Amino acid sequence: MTISLTVNGTQFRTDAPPETPLLWVLRDELGLSGTKYGCGVAACGACTVHVDGQAVRSCQVALADVWGDVTTIEGLAQGERLAPLQEAWIRHQVAQCGFCQSGQIMQAADLLAANPAPSDDDIDAAMAGNLCRCGSYSAIRAAIHDAARAMNGGRAG
Amino acid sequence: MHAFEFVKPSSIADAVKALASGEAIPLSGGQTLIPSMKARLNAPEVLVSLTGIAEMKGVCRDGDVLVVGAATTHAEVARAAAGDFPGLAGLAGKIGDPAVRSRGTIGGSLANNDPSACYPAAALGTGARIVTDRREIAADDFFQGMFTTALKEGEVITSVRLPIPEASAYAKFLQPASRFALTGVFVAKYAAGVRVAVTGASEGGVFRWAEAEAALSSDFDSEALSGLSVAAEGMISDLHGTPEYRAHLVRVMTRRAVAAAS
Repeated sequence: MTISLTVNGTQFRTDAPPETPLLWVLRDELGLSGTKYGCGVAACGACTVHVDGQAVRSCQVALADVWGDVTTIEGLAQGERLAPLQEAWIRHQVAQCGFCQSGQIMQAADLLAANPAPSDDDIDAAMAGNLCRCGSYSAIRAAIHDAARAMNGGRAG
Repeated sequence: MHAFEFVKPSSIADAVKALASGEAIPLSGGQTLIPSMKARLNAPEVLVSLTGIAEMKGVCRDGDVLVVGAATTHAEVARAAAGDFPGLAGLAGKIGDPAVRSRGTIGGSLANNDPSACYPAAALGTGARIVTDRREIAADDFFQGMFTTALKEGEVITSVRLPIPEASAYAKFLQPASRFALTGVFVAKYAAGVRVAVTGASEGGVFRWAEAEAALSSDFDSEALSGLSVAAEGMISDLHGTPEYRAHLVRVMTRRAVAAAS
C-alpha cells in the first residue's frame, strides 16, 4: 500500500508498511535526520515533530495514523532565514551535545504558537517531557523567552 | 517489537469486525500501548487503529451530560470542555506533557485503567457512563482493579457520558518523572450529593472515598474532612512513596480539590 504524506510542504509517497513509526520514515526514507531517535518509547522528546501544528513524539505515531501535514526541524526555517527560535538558540549557545535540541525547539515552537509570551512556569510545564542529559534547561528557558520577545517585536515576553 | 499487522477502519462497525479476530487489539493514542509493545510486554498480531473513526471524536453537550468521543485527545478535551465542565478540562490539560495530550485519548486511558492515570478519577468521580459498541456501563461497575475493566474481549469504548457537576476539581500530586498521579483526587458536587474518586493510591486502582463523600455532602467545605482518614492497608508501595504516605496524600489532595472547587 502506498501512503502519501506532506513533510515540510513537500508531498512524498512511500511504500513503507502502515505501522512504521513516522520517525523511521522521516529519517530512513526521506533522509531528514534532524529529528533524533532517543528512547523510542515517548519518554524523552528527542523525536518531537509537528503533525497538523501539534507537537507529537514521532517514534509513537504509526505512518498510517499521521493525520495532517508534518513539520520537522528542517522545515522551521524560511529558506536561508532561521526561525526566531533557532536564532535565539544560537545566541544563547543552548546546545551542549545537541542531541535533544531539535526536539526541544519543535516543542518550544508548539508552545509559542499557543502562548506568545510564556512565563517560566508555562515554559517548565510545556517542556517537561523533553529531557536534556546535558542539563541545558536554563539556557533553553532563556532562549524561549528571547525568541518570544523577538516574535513579539521586541516587547517583553 | 514483534511484527504485527496494522489496520485503520473508518467506522465503529468495521473496527469491531477487525477486533473479532482474537489476536487483535485496539490502538488509540498509543502513548501506553506502543511503549509496552516495544518493551515486549504486549505482542498483538494485529493493531486496529481507532483514530480514523470520525464518530468517535469530539465533545458535545447533551442536557446535563457532557459526551466525549472515546478517541478525543486530552488536548481537545482541555479546550472543548473548558466552558461546560472546567473541572474535567483542568484534569485533561494536566495529563502527561503536551505531546502526550496531543495523542492520548479518554477512551484509551479508561480502557487501560492504569492505577495512577487521571481519567479514571474523573469517570468514577462523576458517575460517568462508559458507552461501548454494544452497551453502556456505569463507572461504578467499569473499574475492576489495576489494569482491569468490565470490557469484554474485542469490546470498544465509543464515548463517555459524564454528568456535569455544579462544582468540581481535580487535585493531582505529580510524580514528576512519569507525570502520572502519585495520588490524585477528583471531587464533584451534584444536587444529589458529592462524589470523591481517588487515583494513584490504591493497589485496587481508582476508588471512591465513601466517608469523605458523606461528610462533603452535608457540608461542602474542606473543614468537613477534619478527623477523616483512609487506612494505609492496600495502598501502593513503591520507591516514590510508602502506603502511609499515599494514605496521607489522599486526605491532603481531597482537601485541595474541595478548596479548588468551592
